[in-house]
Amino acid sequence: MSGFDWLIGLAALVLAPLVGGFLRGVDRKLTARMQGRIGPPVWQQFYDFFKLVGKTRAVTTKGALVWIWGYLLLTMLAVFMLFARQDLLIIFFILAFAGACLVFGAFSVRSPYSQIGGHREIMQMLSYEPILLLAAVAIFLQTGTFKVSGIFEHGEPLLLTLPLVFVAVLIALTIKLRKSPFDISASEHAHQELVRGVYTEYSGRHLALIELTHWYELVLILAFVALFWAQPLWIGVLLALAVYFLELIVDNVEARLQWGWMLSISWAAGVGFILVNILMIELLFGNVLRL
Amino acid sequence: MMGLITKSRIKSPWIVHYCCGSCNGCDIELLACLTPLYDVERFGILNIGNPKHADLLVVTGPVNKRNERVLLNLYHQMPEPRVVVAVGACACTGGIFYNCYNVLGGIDKVIPVDVYVPGCAARPEAIIDGIVMALDKLAKIK
Repeated sequence: MSGFDWLIGLAALVLAPLVGGFLRGVDRKLTARMQGRIGPPVWQQFYDFFKLVGKTRAVTTKGALVWIWGYLLLTMLAVFMLFARQDLLIIFFILAFAGACLVFGAFSVRSPYSQIGGHREIMQMLSYEPILLLAAVAIFLQTGTFKVSGIFEHGEPLLLTLPLVFVAVLIALTIKLRKSPFDISASEHAHQELVRGVYTEYSGRHLALIELTHWYELVLILAFVALFWAQPLWIGVLLALAVYFLELIVDNVEARLQWGWMLSISWAAGVGFILVNILMIELLFGNVLRL
Repeated sequence: MMGLITKSRIKSPWIVHYCCGSCNGCDIELLACLTPLYDVERFGILNIGNPKHADLLVVTGPVNKRNERVLLNLYHQMPEPRVVVAVGACACTGGIFYNCYNVLGGIDKVIPVDVYVPGCAARPEAIIDGIVMALDKLAKIK
């Protein structure tokens, strides 16, 4: 890991909340416009954040606080590692543990909303984790390394050889961003699924921490999407923004589905797409098993 | 820093709505504020379902002996600073139910009320006015 990678990683830690908060503000504005409303200003998320910081502390159990800090710090670590161009597989494992922290936090209180939210969050992880891991495997088969730096050194864009993996990642993205039709464990904006599910027992500054983690998560996910067109990177950034806009449209036209639907769509379509894609590059290019 | 937080409080009031058993007239008018016609989200106002996340408690209907406990519980679950808005004649004074055997009267018999919005049913414009007054009170809380 060179000094340059450290620098990029640390810069990402500082800038990601600003970019993420702004993008989520844009999300609220665009959602409002799609519904024929005017909508809040684009920096509304920052108002929400500082308001929550200024509220009095109200703690249900101390255990939940440990988990929520774990959720934030592990997500930050994942963001740092992705921007420092480290191992993709490790990044996904850290991200999985960050998600697990949220579940443990939800289970450490006795509120039924929180408990059901935790169960559903586990279902969500069960749905998107295979997609992300298999996507990393497909990328490995193309570039010969799990390192993000390997993707940059790989000459041609991944999207051209891994189009179906990309579609599968979009399915995982909807679950990870907590957008309809898969916002079953906790929903965004004022949609009140399960009185906000896993976040039910958090208030004040701890809710603000969750909000901050979401900004990091959003940047992390979009950065992963951008990797599909890493050379030149500006096309990747445009690709990520286009994908984000697509997610907003899907969010606004779709109703919420049950967890069974989520599981069958992500396992059948998501995992299926990736396996077909791996077979496709094997048959068309014959370069899969030449490791 | 404190100035930033005060400004953010005014810009992002999250509402929890509790119906103490009103006729639903005021509830419908309150929800009408969220529709594209009035769109209170442009002021950052969200209708949140969870008292632990909320800043404003908006109550409709007269308080009675059954839901007094629930109302008090909701109020205590909200972290400070919090402001209470009573919407409609029933929530303000008990309205036409004032002498029912089970009705205690307006919600100020149970919890401190900051803003009273009269009307039967209160119009959405009046409710938005009331919430703006509540924001003034929120800004003065140190």
